[in-house]
Formats: sequence, structure tokens, C-alpha cells
Amino acid sequence: MTDAATMTSPLAATPGGSAAGGAPAGHAPAAGAPAGHAPAAAPQPGTPQPQAPQPRALPRLLPPGGAAAVPQDLAHHVRSHGPLRCRRARRHRSGAGDGLIAEIAAAGLTGRGGAAFPAATKMTAVATGRRRPVVVGNGAEGEPASGKDKHLLWLAPHLVLDGLQLAAEAVGARTVYLYVHAGGRLHERLTFALAERAAAGCDLRPVRLIAGPPRFLAGEESALVSRIDGGLAMPTFKPPRSFERGVGGAPTLVQNVETLAHVALIARRGAAWFRQLGTAEEPGSMLTTCHRADGTTEVAEVAIGTPVAALLGLGSAPAQAVLTGGYHGTWLRAADAARLPLANAPLREAGATVGAGVLAALPPGRCGLTETAHVVRYLAAESAGQCGPCLAGLPRIADALTHLAGPDPDPRWLTHLRRWSGLVTGRGACHHPDGTVRFVRSALTVFEHEITLHRQRRCSVAGAPSAAGGEPFLPVPAATPAYSQDWR
Amino acid sequence: MSVRMRVNPIACTGHGLCAELLPERISMDEWGYPIVSPRPITPVLEALARRAVTDCPALALLLEKER
Repeated sequence: MTDAATMTSPLAATPGGSAAGGAPAGHAPAAGAPAGHAPAAAPQPGTPQPQAPQPRALPRLLPPGGAAAVPQDLAHHVRSHGPLRCRRARRHRSGAGDGLIAEIAAAGLTGRGGAAFPAATKMTAVATGRRRPVVVGNGAEGEPASGKDKHLLWLAPHLVLDGLQLAAEAVGARTVYLYVHAGGRLHERLTFALAERAAAGCDLRPVRLIAGPPRFLAGEESALVSRIDGGLAMPTFKPPRSFERGVGGAPTLVQNVETLAHVALIARRGAAWFRQLGTAEEPGSMLTTCHRADGTTEVAEVAIGTPVAALLGLGSAPAQAVLTGGYHGTWLRAADAARLPLANAPLREAGATVGAGVLAALPPGRCGLTETAHVVRYLAAESAGQCGPCLAGLPRIADALTHLAGPDPDPRWLTHLRRWSGLVTGRGACHHPDGTVRFVRSALTVFEHEITLHRQRRCSVAGAPSAAGGEPFLPVPAATPAYSQDWR
Repeated sequence: MSVRMRVNPIACTGHGLCAELLPERISMDEWGYPIVSPRPITPVLEALARRAVTDCPALALLLEKER
């Protein structure tokens, strides 16, 4: 096994990968942080803090040191965060009465996988089910533009594994899984981390590491359940939802790995500490993957409510548009994005969401239509192909975009594109068609001028538009599924 | 309490029987898949709706009761 200290982030190995660039964590201005909080959370000058001896504000989850941060082994982890006290799994039905669930509710922790659903509500629903629940940590970060879960698992796996044990204890689960994409050094590292914990005897419940396929949809809850049950990692029809009937038919708590890492810190430091960062409605810190206009990519832990302009360095590296929320997310005009803090409430007013914390600044001299067409071609190929409207509609939508991104497109493609976008929405077993259409529609608004230019055989990229477009700015994997084996 | 029709899009293979049995609530898109109206199934339509559910060759239709 490789010495943990010599390992670097797996993201650093990928082209345009993360963890390069300046010091990320802790640099963020804590905008919207303290104001309007519960009085208990506000640090009183001169009053000793009983909870924690003045921890630095950020980073909370990631080890300090920014790009030079060292992956934490178990000993290092226990020195930084203190040991975890695990009790025996109580019979479930403890529900909201469980101390930790109440603390998580008080902290206002929301899911960091993209949906921002209140974590405590999900835990209570699972804990009060009829059968003993199952807990799954979801680290299958299928979104190509997101690297934050891989980064967290690489640098601080034990925080996630602590959170997994705590969540299992809180809902009364004995069966615990950690689900990540197959292969690579991250898988090895997690196997090593689990072995460290087994040797130290610090986990009451064994954790099974399950490998998912490298598919965009592999982390969708029902796809995850299907994969753990031995099937293909494809979404299933709802109901039942996994919190009602998931792995092996048991109520299943599926939490994103970052959410679990926050749980591990809330259990140690409490809700008031958690609320010292973030906004009153959306407390805490979050991991983001920032693709800046200068071509650098970085995973940074920031307070919720930090200005988007600061995260993307829009002052020094100007952009023409900003993508928020990843490939199921929304394009915003750079001037609009620059005025927004990174939080769901303000972003929703602009028609966008935080999602899993992906931000991408499209530099000038890039064709937004071409970028969007590349991504939508990828999304169409990543459809599980199970639902007729998605199977038939997404490739046509991708075709229409490719035409619009080319020189002198037939204006009827725009008409087709709008009609097909309406036709696929809400008609899949999962949100893949809906998310794809959200992304496409925002592109049609933000890059409207580009459509006009292309009809005049011009393009904002120097010279004329070309169908090929060259190397895209937004990362898109080349491999797409062809066989059922690709979904295992 | 109202009853609505839903299609399981994974099970549906686009036979098109439902749109013929219940054109009041189901139409076909340009690819041959059913578009199910979110409007409730009125008592007058209930018998036809049940027939569409039982006759679907893919058993892809369901009636859902909502409060």
C-alpha cells in the first residue's frame, strides 16, 4: 500500500483537473456569515467557547494547506478532529428523538449531492420505517465538471467514514455501504482507509465498498440502489423511493459523502458551531468545484453565501457566462452571476441552483453554443435509454444544438429544439431529461446573440463557426455506454 | 380525493393502445409515446381509464389516488 502522505489528489492527474492553482480554502470572504444568527452561535469577545478551542473558520472538512494539503490517515484524522464515540446500534424508530438527528436538524444541514434536501428529514423518514434501515454513502460523482466528492474522499476519507457510522447509529442501521465509481487510486485509498479502521476497531458496523460504473447517472438514488442490489446502475420508476424501499427492500438512507462529513463535524462540535458560517437559511460551508476563465480548476471549501464573483475571480479573469449547478444546471450571463452569492435562495430568483457546487466561467473567445452542444451530446449518450421520450428526444436535441452551433443553421432547428425540449420534460423515470432541458433552455437565453451571429456565418470565437469546434472548455468524457456491461 | 393517470416510462414501449382507449387524457407524441394529461380522471372516464390500465400490453399505466 502506498504511503498516504506521498499521494496526491487523483484530480491532479486528470487533464484540467483540480487542486492546481492557488490556496483555496479559507481565502473566501465569509460573506453573509455571522449576521442574523442564533445568539448562541455568535462568538462573544472575551467569553471562552466551551465547544471548540477557536477552530479556524475554513477549511472545516478538508485538511489545511490548500493545494498542498496532505491526505489524512486515521491517526492524523483523530489528531485533527478527535476520536469518534460510537454506541451500539439502538433499535430503530428512535426517529426525531435521536440526539444526533435533532442536532442535524438544528444545524440546518442540507444534502450536498445537489438537491439540498434537509438531511434530518431524510434520516427521520428512514428511521421511522417499518424495517431496519440501510445506510449508503454516495460518492459516485458522475458529473464530469465536479471533483469535490473525489477530492474529499481522497483527502479526508475518515471524516466521511465517521459520518457514515454516525448516520447508521442515528437511524438504527446495521448494514452500511460506501458507493463510489469503480477503479483507480481512490478505490485503493478507501480500501486502505477501511482496513485502518478495522485494525483500530473503531467501527461498530462494517462498511462495504461498492463500485459503480463511470456513468453520469450512476449516483442517482434509485440507480445506486439497483447497483447495490446487484443490477445495472440505472434509475428505476418511483414509487417506491429509496427512503421507503431501497437496498434489499429496506428503507435506505442515501447521503452524499460531503453531507456525511458535515454530520461527523456536527456530532463533534454541535449545531451552533455549524451555523457560524453560511447564511441563516442555508448554514455551513460547502465544497465547490470552480472552473475559472483562465483555465484553472480548483476544489474549494467556502461559506455558503460567498460571492460567485470572488470564487471565480471574475474581477481578474473576465467571463462571458457562468454555469451554475453543473450539466443539469443553468447558464447565467456573467454580469448577472457576478452579483449573486453562492446560495440557493438568491440563485433560484435568477432561475438557477447551487446543485453540487459546480461553477464554471466561460472565457471570452469561446462559443457558448458549441460548448453546450458538446455537453448535451454527452448527456444524450449517457441516457440509460429506458424511457422513450429521453431515448428519442435527447439525441435530437443534441443534433439541433450541433446544427445551431455550426455555420448558417436552418432556423427551423431552433423551432424543433424548443418543441423537443417541451416534449421530454417531466417524462422520464428520473430527472435526466428535465435537467438536460434546463441546461439547454438557459443556453438559448444566454447565448441568444450567438445564434444570431451563427446565422450570419459569424461566431464570437475568432473566425467562422465550425461544426468540430476544437477542444471544448467544459470537460466531457469520451467514453459513452454501449453495452449493458458499461452500467455495472 | 382525485384519481390521476400515470405512465411508467420505463415499462412503456409505445404500443399506443391507451391513446385510442382514452383520448380524453392521453395523446401520442411524435415518437409514438403517450403524453398523459395531469388532469384528474372524472367518474365518467373511470371505466375507460381502468380498461386502458388493464389492456396496456406493457402494463405501464397506473391510476394514482391523491388527496
